[in-house]
Amino acid sequence: MVGSLVWNRDVISVLDFSKEDFEVLFSEALSMERYAKSKLDILGDKVLALAFFEPSTRTRLSFETAMLRLGGRVIGFSGAEATSMAKGENLADTIRMLDAYANAIVIRHSLEGAAKFAAEVAESPVINAGDGSQNHPTQAMLDLYTIWREFKVIDGLSIGILGDLRYARVVNSLVQALSYYRVRLHLISPELLRPRQELVEFMNSRGIRYDWTNDPYNVISDLDVLYVVRIQKERFPDPMEYERIKGAYKVNLKLIEGGKPNLIILHPLPRIDEIDFAVDNTPQARYFKQAGFGVPLRMALLRLVLGGGS
Amino acid sequence: MSGKSELIISKIRNGVVIDHIPAGRALLVLRLLGISGREGFRVALVMNVESRKLGTKDIVKIEGRELTKDELNLIALVAPTATVNMVRDYEVTSKFKVTMPNVVEGLLKCKNPKCITNQQREPVKSRFRLVSREPLKLVCDYCGTIHELSDIERSLGLV
Repeated sequence: MVGSLVWNRDVISVLDFSKEDFEVLFSEALSMERYAKSKLDILGDKVLALAFFEPSTRTRLSFETAMLRLGGRVIGFSGAEATSMAKGENLADTIRMLDAYANAIVIRHSLEGAAKFAAEVAESPVINAGDGSQNHPTQAMLDLYTIWREFKVIDGLSIGILGDLRYARVVNSLVQALSYYRVRLHLISPELLRPRQELVEFMNSRGIRYDWTNDPYNVISDLDVLYVVRIQKERFPDPMEYERIKGAYKVNLKLIEGGKPNLIILHPLPRIDEIDFAVDNTPQARYFKQAGFGVPLRMALLRLVLGGGS
Repeated sequence: MSGKSELIISKIRNGVVIDHIPAGRALLVLRLLGISGREGFRVALVMNVESRKLGTKDIVKIEGRELTKDELNLIALVAPTATVNMVRDYEVTSKFKVTMPNVVEGLLKCKNPKCITNQQREPVKSRFRLVSREPLKLVCDYCGTIHELSDIERSLGLV
């Protein structure tokens, strides 16, 4: 376990952290794995506020579980309709109130930049659990942790990202996090869901080696990791566009047969229809294991952000 | 300044002369400075006059309004070639070339409707960071959206 290291800072974007920070986080998460189903009573005096203005299953429950396993307590809400936002209270006032009650705030919001704004309003650390289609840093940390746990290294791997590269915030954060490593990126999506200008310019500015294809069969044999994301229905400005594109790609047994023997398949979940259920039972499927790492990873993160004895 | 434009506009007593504005950008410069013409002070505007350096250029003269160097540097967003002459009692007291600010706060509107800065009821000002001078690129500090010159012109309501 890492001594008395405390970050005591906001977690808004993976770009606020360094490769060394990730290494500290991973080693801490590894040591947390054995407490993920028991208890490590180090945050007994702390309260974590979960402010989920948008739906979430895994992120919210894994933060809650992580805090409880660390001996801390959790307050919060899920869905703005259950709060005074429904009466017209703005985000800034809601955050000020949570700041007064809790030692740290985890926020998910549909607006881009909401977490950064919340961090400017609050004195306590703010952790971004997803803002619009921009950032989801703790998911990217979890994704990298899973890859690191599987391969022991990240440098040198060939990573394919398949799906909605335009609207999925996890893709944005994952590519940013991978920019700290020497990886080969294969971006795979329907034409309409190609990455936005911002992500392309980011990859170019960081000198990331990447290519794009609309057909996963073109690159499957080269991949160590196939990361799949669903089409982000809720972020399409035009529902007709979603109807035209839904079901445009699918990972099935035939596709993974063409992959390397040690290929792993990751997915941030929820899955809709982009991975066939038959794939769940293959040795390549790691997405449920990946979701399971959410608890130790977030335990490590909360400990680093909130302190707590060594 | 060319002889021709001097025929049109007389010298100012106290104020600022912004010269070497790329032709056709004078209205953008005024918009950036928050000058609509309704404020009451005297403004002279010359567009598309000959320039040795630029071929053609615009010139703006503003009398009776104090402008800080920071305010004037905002002009660089749309007129990077502009030079500023501060005038007091008909004499030029200082002269400088505008330099692009690294941060532009509260002036431009982010084009992303889902950006937190576009929420009416939140106490938040827009903030952009300069990432490239040529071609001009600013990035919204909150949502990361890239803004180019055409977006800035649109944000200032001139397109």
